[in-house]
Amino acid sequence: MTRHTLSVLVENKPGVLVRIAGLFSRRGFNIDSLAVGPTEHEEISRMTIVVNCETRPLEQVTKQLNKLINVLKIVELEPSQAVERELILIKVRADAETRSKVLEIAEVFRARVVDVALDAVTVEATGSHDKLEALVRVLEPFGIKELVQSGMVAVGRGGRSITDRTLRPLERTA
Amino acid sequence: MTEQTSPTSPKAHAASGQAETPPARPHPGPTPLDIAARAAAQPAAAKPATPKPAASQHAASQHAASQHPASQPAAATPGPAAVPPLKTKVTGAQALVMALERVGVEVVFGIPGGAVLPAYDPLLDSERIRHILVRHEQGAGHAATGYAQATGRVGVCMATSGPGATNLVTPLADAYMDSVPVVAITGQVSTNLIGTDGFQEADISGITLPVTKHNFLVTKPEDIARTIGEAFHLASTGRPGPVLVDIAKDAMQAMTDFTWPVPYDLPGYHPVTRPHSRQIREAARLITEARKPVLYVGGGVIRAHASAELKTLAELTGAPVVTTLMARGAFPDSHSQHLGMPGMHGTVAAVGALQKADLIVALGARFDDRVTGKLDTFAPDAAIVHADIDPAEISKNRRADVPIVGDCKEVITDLVAAVQAEHAHGRRGDHAEWWAQIDQWRGKYPLGYADPEDGSLAPQYVIERIGKLIGPDAVYVAGVGQHQMWAAQFIDYENPGTWINSGGAGTMGFAVPAAMGAKVGRPEVQVWAIDGDGCFQMTNQELATCAIEGIAVKVAIINNGNLGMVRQWQTLFYNERYSNTNLGDKKAELNGTRIPDFVKLAEAYGCVGLRCDAAHDVDAVIEQAMAINDQPVVIDFIVHPDAMVWPMVAAGTSNDDINFARGMAPDWEANPEAGDGI
Repeated sequence: MTRHTLSVLVENKPGVLVRIAGLFSRRGFNIDSLAVGPTEHEEISRMTIVVNCETRPLEQVTKQLNKLINVLKIVELEPSQAVERELILIKVRADAETRSKVLEIAEVFRARVVDVALDAVTVEATGSHDKLEALVRVLEPFGIKELVQSGMVAVGRGGRSITDRTLRPLERTA
Repeated sequence: MTEQTSPTSPKAHAASGQAETPPARPHPGPTPLDIAARAAAQPAAAKPATPKPAASQHAASQHAASQHPASQPAAATPGPAAVPPLKTKVTGAQALVMALERVGVEVVFGIPGGAVLPAYDPLLDSERIRHILVRHEQGAGHAATGYAQATGRVGVCMATSGPGATNLVTPLADAYMDSVPVVAITGQVSTNLIGTDGFQEADISGITLPVTKHNFLVTKPEDIARTIGEAFHLASTGRPGPVLVDIAKDAMQAMTDFTWPVPYDLPGYHPVTRPHSRQIREAARLITEARKPVLYVGGGVIRAHASAELKTLAELTGAPVVTTLMARGAFPDSHSQHLGMPGMHGTVAAVGALQKADLIVALGARFDDRVTGKLDTFAPDAAIVHADIDPAEISKNRRADVPIVGDCKEVITDLVAAVQAEHAHGRRGDHAEWWAQIDQWRGKYPLGYADPEDGSLAPQYVIERIGKLIGPDAVYVAGVGQHQMWAAQFIDYENPGTWINSGGAGTMGFAVPAAMGAKVGRPEVQVWAIDGDGCFQMTNQELATCAIEGIAVKVAIINNGNLGMVRQWQTLFYNERYSNTNLGDKKAELNGTRIPDFVKLAEAYGCVGLRCDAAHDVDAVIEQAMAINDQPVVIDFIVHPDAMVWPMVAAGTSNDDINFARGMAPDWEANPEAGDGI
């Protein structure tokens, strides 16, 4: 099993997320992470979906996704050819004694402290999946009170855009 | 960054401007407006070389309008007369009916109710649309499916919100599995009530997501006409399928401008119909090199209206042909190259040919588990050419060596040309040994059945006689179970669209309403439902509809008093423990009564009811039914309960282990030369 990152351009219409999520569960695929948001074009939303599966099932799910009427385009992003980021917020137990150690670690990971209380600090970090995992591992001994993490977003390296060519037929019909 | 640009990925093609996508497949059903509006929706695909990035919506619709007269099909199915572009002030409900008229709808099967009431008011005034009031929404859905399968046009059903809509779920799921073009229109509670658990509210678009090709929830009156156009376009193009349009009551009541034609807003929909020429050449090369080829024909050939092309290809290659349950009639049963149906209850020759083939050319078929048996032992030595309009079918179950995405009509036409080119270079397959082998199987293991020892009626005999007496021009519609398999086996089909059944979903109760729909679509031919007594009791209320609306279907109930197929499995795999499969009542039978008495039931519904329980009466009763053309006829054939469907590949086992009768397996390795053709 390997991790695959799919960028899915979809029409920005109600119910599209449930169509995609439903398709994954119906066809027996687990989504590792999913992030949805607007793009530079109002009528297009972009989903970044991370799945863990073999190549052939991935091909099948990609084809099934393509059949959804609201899906405009699917691109698999190779990790080496893409920038991949996740956002994490971690509320770590930190009193007067341990606070400086926690802050030190945050600095090493280029994480920002976004809130400080008497018994805890909240750290914000962005980065690849692996980096954030490492951060969590190092902070764990202090006691993690709360953790929230976004799905991965990713964009291909280089000057090309996956949206502009998709958009052209849109402009002509809309 | 790798874009998914395999030949089986249409969107990537379309998006990257590689113009493998022609504007439209010449689908049987499209009205001129369909074609015109499709052209409007896909200018990029239609004119890849001369993009007009600045083209506006206005220009697009003018383009559509200008194409309209030119694209009128010569042999147009009875669609609308040419309607000039139109803009008037109407209610949303009127817009709905006007749009339905303009996409060519002639018949709607449905039942009104609270939320859909506004639509029924203008429907009363429509001179083009006949509404048939059914007795249960499931009947409406299957009727639309039967109509669509018999005519090749889009079938339409209508229901109200909540339970009316949920009663359509089974027929939609059924049409989805069998790729039938159906549009369902449902009323929804008013917009301000949506999400409040309002009276008769159900999230029908949510409920039908997995069983429709696409669905819409329309909450604005101005979206109704365009959505109807899109729904019919989606249902009838690409891989056909059901589309549901759920319309809020207040959207139907509010005023709007009705304009027609309306360009579609379907930027993500680009079905690929034109096959890749390189793949076609590769397939042709394999076909002419193969020593043991088989054409594995599925329902896609019928949907694509490609039977004539298939016959040409079959005769050109000399390859044996098998037709799946969904493809019965796609290739004449009388043709010497036809081996019959493959699969769980297929002929030994068809199953054996696939199993021993060195090349399988799958045309509009999907390697269903009922065809392949245990997948990893299916056709172990065969290379696979797989042509389908749906890229997701290719390599879904069995990996294809040569994938071809395209409409079967275009694929087969191109294959014919490519095979001819191979022949011109002297490359031609020699299948003499292969045919010797197949003929031996055919001779030794023909379809057959034994008459019951107690002198009671053999169900197979009844069905065989129906086929013989009524002939190949009629339309046969089956429910699901033993009678369905026998109807697929023992009736000879010569033409596409003459065999209608619930293949993928296996929906008991399909036959009566689907036969009703088929008869409405093709009133000039005899339509015979071959039904089981279990199936018949699920949807026979539509006999009332048939009687009142003058839809003179014939229903042959193959009455074995049991859920016969389940009973067969209990006999074979559950030690003859007949748990809940006997539908009869012993006490009643001792008194000489039946529960229900189908003859009385038929009469109560305003139909003619006949009964037959002896072989020597079968022909006479069929002829009696054939002579009645002003009323539906129901014949209760009392048959032996223990007849079984053979051959059989038990579920989950290998096709190699097919039995042609209980405990009797064919001898695959017998020397063809020694075949005595018993």
